[in-house]
Amino acid sequence: MALDKNGIAKRIAQEVKNGTYVNLGIGIPTLIANYIPDNLDVEFQSENGVLGMGPFPIEREEDADIINAGKQTITTLPGASFFDSAMSFSMIRGQHVDLTVLGAMEVAENGDIANWKIPNKMVKGMGGAMDLVASAENIIVAMMHTNKAGKSKLIKKCSLPLTGIGCVKKVVTNLAVLEITPKGFRLLERAPGVSVETIKEATEGHLIVKGEIKEMNI
Amino acid sequence: MIRKEVANVAEAVNGVANNHTLMLGGFGLCGIPENAISELVKLGVSGLTCISNNAGVDDFGLGLLLQKKQIKKMISSYVGENDEFERQMLSGELDVELIPQGTLAERCRAAQAGFPAVYTPAGYGTEVAEGKETREFNGKMYVLEHAFKADFAFVKAWKGDAAGNLIFKGTARNFNPCMSGAARITVAEVEELVHVGELDPNQIHIPGIFVQRIFQGTDYQKRIEQRTVREKI
Repeated sequence: MALDKNGIAKRIAQEVKNGTYVNLGIGIPTLIANYIPDNLDVEFQSENGVLGMGPFPIEREEDADIINAGKQTITTLPGASFFDSAMSFSMIRGQHVDLTVLGAMEVAENGDIANWKIPNKMVKGMGGAMDLVASAENIIVAMMHTNKAGKSKLIKKCSLPLTGIGCVKKVVTNLAVLEITPKGFRLLERAPGVSVETIKEATEGHLIVKGEIKEMNI
Repeated sequence: MIRKEVANVAEAVNGVANNHTLMLGGFGLCGIPENAISELVKLGVSGLTCISNNAGVDDFGLGLLLQKKQIKKMISSYVGENDEFERQMLSGELDVELIPQGTLAERCRAAQAGFPAVYTPAGYGTEVAEGKETREFNGKMYVLEHAFKADFAFVKAWKGDAAGNLIFKGTARNFNPCMSGAARITVAEVEELVHVGELDPNQIHIPGIFVQRIFQGTDYQKRIEQRTVREKI
């Protein structure tokens, strides 16, 4: 069965290593924080200026001055820090943040990503996405394998305006875990009960299938 | 000590004129210069170019200036959550330049720090880099982004003193420090204006040298855009 959004988040949580700083984008990526094991020391960075983000506050403890990049009220954990936007992006561009997870509309087989603009539709802006994808050493995309019209989002070449080029390292979808290689999308794992055939059909870009593809362990 | 304190918000915005370029601190509605924005609405200046990460919501923040059609151009990284903004943008009344958030911060900081431009990897290979100078450093490509030039910067801090020293709170800090000293005149409004000597020099985020005018703000609404809470366990 294909994964739901929480399933995708749960699988990506397995990619988060001990002792790392992580920036989670809006949407599915935000859910990942719920699945990080307690024994891992991980600090979450939000580009509006906080490191060491904690869970949402309990009612009546919300503070208008403490929010995340999605403008949601948050709390901080012991050891947290606040800083200005220039310093925040110094952490990002300077590759001090180890892992970035974000959503996408399209990912190309060469690692290009498009996630900020659909021509002739209302454009809201790229926010910090272009800085994040231009810099992070490890970029994982969390998204559904196909769009609402059933069209593949893992394609040969992005048709939408790009956010960054050749930057995505891994893609985790409702169907599979894929790695971007110089030769295309390499299938690493499939969602429980999802066949390689189903993944092939849902992938427009070049899909490399080598040996037996194991099921995700989630 | 050089005194920066002005009596009120009217004095603080004195000199803002039609077609000026303004920097305004804040991320969403967090840490925005609420008092200065209200006063600019009252002043009725128009044709403004506003450099601000976001454009407020329909009835608050920069949305108030948009309602009165006082803004000619917005330079921002993200502009959702605002119907009037969308209407003006789609009808062509409002010019919008969207730029990466880190580039926005750094173009402010460059202006503050005396750099004419900076190279950033953000946006290379995308439409953001079109027409801009690019250059390779150590095998990676970068885009040349120019420092902003602004007439006024309006920032909001938690505490300040008459010398113009500022301390921010939480994530309300955001773009405010980067914009301080990045325009011809920086105007700081604070929730609490304390006596000189009360602020610990070790704790100052922005030294008064970057601020030309400071005033005690009033009636802060500090609206929350996305109130999210969890169950108490």
